[in-house]
Amino acid sequence: MTTTASTPTGTEPEEPVRPHGTTGDDDPFDRDVLPTPPGATAALLRSLLAPMKPRVALTVLLLLLQQAAVQTGPLLVAYAIDRAVPAFREDRHGPLVAVGVGYLLCALASGVLQFAFIQVSARVSQDVLLDLRGRIFRHAQALSVDFHERYTSGRLISRSTTDVESLRELLDEGLQELVTVLLSFVYISAMLLWLDLGLGAVAVASFVPLYLLVRLYQRRAGRAFRSRSTAIASVIVKFVETVNGIRPVRAFRRETANEGEFALLNRTHERTNGDTLLEMARYVVGSRLVANTAVAGIVLWGAYRVASGSLELGVLAAAVLYLRRLYDPIDRLGMFLNSYQSAAASLEKIAGLLAQEPSVPEPVTARELPPLEDELPGREVVFDGVRFAYRTGGEVLPRFDLTLPAGQTVAVVGTTGAGKSTLAKLLARFYDPTEGRVLLDGVDLRELSVPELRRGVVMVTQEAFLFSGTVADNIAIGRPDAGRQEIERAAKAIGAHEFISALPDGYDTDVRRRGGRISAGQRQLVAFARALLADPAVLILDEATSSLDIPGEQAVQQAMATVLRGRTAVVIAHRLSTVEIADRVLVMEHGRVIEDGHPRTLVTTSGRYADLHRAWRDSLV
Amino acid sequence: MPTTRATPETGRSAVRALLRLWPYVRPVRARLFSAAFIAIVASCTGLVIPLVLKWMVDGPVAGQDFGGIWLGALYLLLLGIAEAVLFGFRRWLVARPLSHVEASMRADLYRHLQRLPIAFHDRWASGQLLSRGTTDLMLVRMFLAFPLTFLLVNGVTILVGVIIMLLQDWTLGLVVLGPVIPVMWTCAVFERRYAEVARRAQDQVGDLTTLVEESVLGIRVIKGFGRHRSQARAFHTLTAGLRGTELRKARLLAAIWAVIVTLPELAIGAALVLGAVRVADGTLSAGTLVAFLSTALALRWPVDSIGFLLAMSQEAATATERYFEVLDEEPERESATTAQAARPSDATTATGLRFEDVRFRYPDAPPGSPPLLTGVDLHIRPGESLALVGATGSGKTTLTALVPRLHEVTSGRITLDGVDITAMPRAELRARVAVAFEEPTLFSASVGDNVLMGAPEGADRADLDRALAVAQAGFAHALPDGTDTRVGEQGLSLSGGQRQRLALARAVVGRPDFLVLDDPLSALDVHTEAAVEAALREVLADTTALIVAHRPSTVLLADRVALLSGGRVAAVGTHQELLRDHPEYARLMSGAQQSAESGAPSGTEPGAPSGPPPGAQEDDPR
Repeated sequence: MTTTASTPTGTEPEEPVRPHGTTGDDDPFDRDVLPTPPGATAALLRSLLAPMKPRVALTVLLLLLQQAAVQTGPLLVAYAIDRAVPAFREDRHGPLVAVGVGYLLCALASGVLQFAFIQVSARVSQDVLLDLRGRIFRHAQALSVDFHERYTSGRLISRSTTDVESLRELLDEGLQELVTVLLSFVYISAMLLWLDLGLGAVAVASFVPLYLLVRLYQRRAGRAFRSRSTAIASVIVKFVETVNGIRPVRAFRRETANEGEFALLNRTHERTNGDTLLEMARYVVGSRLVANTAVAGIVLWGAYRVASGSLELGVLAAAVLYLRRLYDPIDRLGMFLNSYQSAAASLEKIAGLLAQEPSVPEPVTARELPPLEDELPGREVVFDGVRFAYRTGGEVLPRFDLTLPAGQTVAVVGTTGAGKSTLAKLLARFYDPTEGRVLLDGVDLRELSVPELRRGVVMVTQEAFLFSGTVADNIAIGRPDAGRQEIERAAKAIGAHEFISALPDGYDTDVRRRGGRISAGQRQLVAFARALLADPAVLILDEATSSLDIPGEQAVQQAMATVLRGRTAVVIAHRLSTVEIADRVLVMEHGRVIEDGHPRTLVTTSGRYADLHRAWRDSLV
Repeated sequence: MPTTRATPETGRSAVRALLRLWPYVRPVRARLFSAAFIAIVASCTGLVIPLVLKWMVDGPVAGQDFGGIWLGALYLLLLGIAEAVLFGFRRWLVARPLSHVEASMRADLYRHLQRLPIAFHDRWASGQLLSRGTTDLMLVRMFLAFPLTFLLVNGVTILVGVIIMLLQDWTLGLVVLGPVIPVMWTCAVFERRYAEVARRAQDQVGDLTTLVEESVLGIRVIKGFGRHRSQARAFHTLTAGLRGTELRKARLLAAIWAVIVTLPELAIGAALVLGAVRVADGTLSAGTLVAFLSTALALRWPVDSIGFLLAMSQEAATATERYFEVLDEEPERESATTAQAARPSDATTATGLRFEDVRFRYPDAPPGSPPLLTGVDLHIRPGESLALVGATGSGKTTLTALVPRLHEVTSGRITLDGVDITAMPRAELRARVAVAFEEPTLFSASVGDNVLMGAPEGADRADLDRALAVAQAGFAHALPDGTDTRVGEQGLSLSGGQRQRLALARAVVGRPDFLVLDDPLSALDVHTEAAVEAALREVLADTTALIVAHRPSTVLLADRVALLSGGRVAAVGTHQELLRDHPEYARLMSGAQQSAESGAPSGTEPGAPSGPPPGAQEDDPR
């Protein structure tokens, strides 16, 4: 039961705030450019596609066959003109019948293959998206609280919506385009070369300027797409902030000012969006010019040769038909590049997010908590040489040792910013200490798997967030396998049953739907019920009753007296009524524990606690 | 957790939905139409190329006229250049305007959302709104860029192509036209089914967005309970559902593609055989057949593309519907006409804030449920501050929300210095009434801006400092950039108590005539609370204030107290009077009968006699 606050380092700011938000213009978080390790984007794409290999191969095969079927058409035309027509004149109908049957088969085959291809490729793309969405989501969830405090929710949302959406476009349309285009390039070049080496060579030569054009476009459009992706993310951030803060927006007549700010962001997006479209326009002009010039050249030379008798008319006809097809998909290649650029910009951002290491990682090999020795659920907590500072250097908790014996209810009091919440967050493992260890029954919190950790420690905070779903669902977050009876028991224990029963659908009332309005105090009660249901060894209450009225708070205290029996509890409260049930009080100031003892003892000494207690008694009147 | 809204399917038409885009397209119509016209010209230029070929094959090539061949090739080159430039020109014409259409639709959505009643926002998950503002609008832009233009362009191209073919040889032309009717029928059937599935997919995306958002906003709860796996499972269920819908979309698309690819190809095959026979018979020139077939093949892309153009249009139609679903919601309306008449005469008589038989039920409450407020009569005299006390869920917060008209009274009226608040422009009302909410929201702006948004134009540094001093928010000066430090979603994160003090500073910075404070000190520690109270007392001395209070210390800020119970004001008086005369008030303020010994530290044993009070909840007569 001793506290040794040792090695004072540096001076404490009067109110330690988290100095890791916006402190400079070069903060990658601020500019929404998390560092992406080189090659991470490509590696991400590879790892997404790796499990799909067989099916990707199947789609390529389907396309190969389909293109074969489609591209046979002009060949049949050439054959019909050069062979079947003369044969027909000689009353041999066989070749023409063969042409007819061949065309029929090709048409049917290309239809069927197209049908199969779309379905298989949709499956591939949907599976990749499922995987990617899941990865982003799980990763975001695994990242620690301090990451979330810096990265904004709007950005995370835009990562998992618009950025994923651009990958969807790439997979759905882009990849198909690419494969189709490349295949038809190969097929048609081969056909042309086979029909006539010279004409074919000219066609193939035209690929060189086309390739250069593609490279140029890729470089220029890449920049445009990256700025667009950043721009839309800012739009989303502003949008979400406004919608979620609609009450103060209204009450303080922010509408006009907001519109101005939004218009600015929106215009940036409009501009960058327009830039990407203009790049595309340039590309289209260039590629069409190359293609059409090549067609004119080939026709000139071909016609010359037909006229001079060194080329058959049917071959020229087929070559011309093929050429049209060869250059037709160039626009579509542009579309592919479009979706590729846009997806690459998005993937880069996603890869940057996925490359963020959770600063509070799950252990590779987890340890279990030792079995409880007696019937009581509590466990011993030890802060062993713990020091905590934010990455940017602001020290919040100087090195200290602290032991909370199993079953003890410890109240932590002190002014705002004294480090109480940081202490609680270290115990809940929202943060890991900069130095030292936090031990639960001798096991370092860092070695516990998440389920084991949460059987050990649960924290209820002041912001009682409710998820969409029913009230019962929200309580069940404490223990998802709990039955309705257990849920109601937990709600009854803290005095929430009454108001929940009065809701339109009782426990089944959707908190986001009709009549589901729940006050701040009621939300805290739901959050409490959640914690009770979780039944942890150590319960942390961080200002968990601040919005309750006095009867509500008393009901909670009364419940806590039974609920906390034998459990280890850390209670942070400004209202000392909550402290009354504690076995021990820690008074914190500037990150240090300055008083430590039983509340009844402390109140008789002339320290900070006695002072706080007096002030609180006065506030009760 | 589906928040998907069912849409009435009756009378739903993609065209009608898309027509609603007209007001946004109107300003850019000149460019859009020119672009479409240019695209048609470019496309038809492409169709002339086979005719040149025919002329070359039947003319110079057959006649070995080399000069003619050069001429033909030159024509081809010129046509090719024209086509390329025209297509590029089309894109250049629409690039900026279309981004502008998207942006102005988004700006309108944002504008509208800021003006929709709070009740609307209570009902709609922000993810659903966001997906309308982002993905749906992108779909609309893409529709304007491609399907809209190319359905027209391709339609015209097909028509011209068909005419060319019919002119060259009408029998062959008719053969090629054969599949038109079956293809159109398939498209019609497809359009209907695809619409349903597309709508479902978009709604599922909205639900997904909501879940993502909640998982980010509720990250502390999820972490605190180690629930990220079950959250990931819920996410997986939704994404798997979306995948299923997308695959259904793909099946429909695959079917339409198969039909659109196969039928025209069959017809071309038939034309080829028939044409070859007639060339053999000598009733058709080889050049005509070549030209005919290359025209038919040139029409392949326009025909093929109809499938995905229709699919895109369908998605755009659904997106448009979803967009207008929000835009069609009625915004808060001003009743400014009465205001002009009412204000000047009454403005001089300062009568404070008065509630007259105010009843309120949420407009979206299930029918038959009792109103929340059933007749509140309350008068706060000018300069007086009144504390509002009531049990959790008794409607205190709702009552405070009625004053700045965040919600509208169901019946009865609220007057500010004698003027009915509904007869006042909202902006003016909200300028006169300052509010501090229980949940302090800061915006992504500097501390100074956050506080000064409560002040009228022209407020300066001194006002800011004074407000910060009142709210005991001196910590703001010690932030990295002082009061210029950015806070909120995109800035420094502050503790609950710090945010609450800034919100309070925001409420008092404009020295408002009327102040509404909803439990403004809940997150403060005792010392800070005492300091804030001391400073607030001065502010409140000449301000008409309504203060929701949970604790005696807050109540004592006010001159009088009103007890809200059963949807009406049960009693008004001083703290001492109510404490003495009203058991419910006494229970709320001091906690049942325990008040006498509440100061004494209770025993550590839960069962000890001095411990918990006899069940406060069970004794409650409610």
